[in-house]
Amino acid sequence: MKIPRTGALLLACVPFIAICFSVPLWDRVYPLVLGLPFNLFWLICWIPLTSLCLWGAYRLQDRRAAKGTSE
Amino acid sequence: MKPSLVALTIIFGIILLGAIIGICSGRRRQMDLEQWTVAGRGFGVIFVWLLMAGEVYTTFAFLGASGWAYSRGGPTLYIIAYLTLAYVISFFILPEIWEADRKFTLHTESDFFQQRYGSKSLASLVAIVGVIFIVPYLQLQLTGLGIIVEVASLHAISRPLAMLIAFVIVAGFVFSSGIRAVAWVSVLKDSLMLIAAFSIGIGIPYHYFGGIRPMFKALTQAKAAHLTMPGSTTNLGHPWYISTVLLTAFGFYMWPHAFGSVFTAKSGDTLRRNAVIMPLYTITLPLLFFVGFTAILVLPGLKNGDLALLTLVSQTFPPWFLGVVGGAGALTAMVPAAILILSAATLFAKNFFRPVFKPAMKDDEVARLAKVMVVVITGIALYFAIYSSTTLVGLLLLAYAGIAQFFPGVVCGLYWKRATTAGVFAGIVAGVGTAMALVFSKHDPFIGLNAGFVALCVNAVVTVVASVLTPAQQDGFNEPGRRAAASAAAVSS
Repeated sequence: MKIPRTGALLLACVPFIAICFSVPLWDRVYPLVLGLPFNLFWLICWIPLTSLCLWGAYRLQDRRAAKGTSE
Repeated sequence: MKPSLVALTIIFGIILLGAIIGICSGRRRQMDLEQWTVAGRGFGVIFVWLLMAGEVYTTFAFLGASGWAYSRGGPTLYIIAYLTLAYVISFFILPEIWEADRKFTLHTESDFFQQRYGSKSLASLVAIVGVIFIVPYLQLQLTGLGIIVEVASLHAISRPLAMLIAFVIVAGFVFSSGIRAVAWVSVLKDSLMLIAAFSIGIGIPYHYFGGIRPMFKALTQAKAAHLTMPGSTTNLGHPWYISTVLLTAFGFYMWPHAFGSVFTAKSGDTLRRNAVIMPLYTITLPLLFFVGFTAILVLPGLKNGDLALLTLVSQTFPPWFLGVVGGAGALTAMVPAAILILSAATLFAKNFFRPVFKPAMKDDEVARLAKVMVVVITGIALYFAIYSSTTLVGLLLLAYAGIAQFFPGVVCGLYWKRATTAGVFAGIVAGVGTAMALVFSKHDPFIGLNAGFVALCVNAVVTVVASVLTPAQQDGFNEPGRRAAASAAAVSS
């Protein structure tokens, strides 16, 4: 049982702020981007960006795992 | 051939193909409890991904998401947000759960509580609460299947009859093959689902408006307010969005079947890598939203939004294509339904009935009881499906309000040594009690917040306070592990 790395946790907070807590800032129809309402466009953008954040967190955890905690 | 016959033939052809794949994949193996429920714990990244994707993309996404986009508008966006964030949480907690599983050979979520807190009554509580809240989720899948058959037959087959057919198919499917079948059928289901989502998500706006851009242009001119929160509702604003996203993202892996899929993975690293790629799967959801949004302008005034997607497909495309979309939809209901039934039946038999009523039961008796429960639980869900009229999304939110109450117990179990049995027990009871009291007294949302989220906060406070007030106890994950002999034999598969 181990507490996750601070860096990985911070990276994980980014999508939470971007697509959950900040909703009043981006929940609007205009400007339409690529034909999409702005709120929908914003969420779609954050799907790959969330993967990217987790990939970063994975790399951070990985460095620690290399010291021999898991296979 | 009549158009409805063409569509129905293709739908049942696809269902049959799924069933054959399922039955064949389970054939060569001896189905003991270990194989039936966790497939011998040998799944790598691809299989775990398939299994988890098989669980995520249910009728809820297919018919429910487009239905809410049609009837509610803006608030539907919560679905994209919660799925994406659920994987962020899974990145941290699933590998830890897997570690515990490897040490102590767990089968179910209830085993996890039993091992960590060393309490039979807590484990039984988790089992029975899990089974109870699987029922509305299962009801959702049966309702979805019913809608598909009803619309595809151009209303020639009534929905109760359609759901009865669905019930027989799903139960038979689960009986014959267990969890491994489910992963294989997921391959067929996901390919069809992708084809269907892309062709209708892009094709339908194109057919009526010449593209997605002109469709939104027309929609913003006609009903711009529908596209932001609270959309076409009065009470689903930003506080509701935030609280619902948090509740469902936390609750996502608390589903006994999702929790159980952790046990099929080969390593903790498999789960971590899986979490990195899973959000990408969410990308198909906006396509289904497009269909719901197009329906607002093309098919105004539908009484039940959940019918929007299929009705629009049947008006736009030839019958054979309605059959393909309907078949994809049918599999997106059957595969998750099979997983849900399997977990609920195992939980009931192994973690509720045996410890509470008959501790001397042998494993094969448990397996037999589990198979009886397959029929009982599906029957209960069928009963509710026939007699209730809640929207698909409404059903899922009700189920989440209950199931997310395991979250404090699981997280404290992993990261907080001071958590006690009494604390977690009191927390779950308080959480489920608050959630149900608010929902059934029609106080959802409660002061703008999702009632399940309010209950989750009550639960967390009660868990912490009651834990601190009760004496510290042994952390079951730190005891030297006793590996069951079964695990060694099962690893070979």
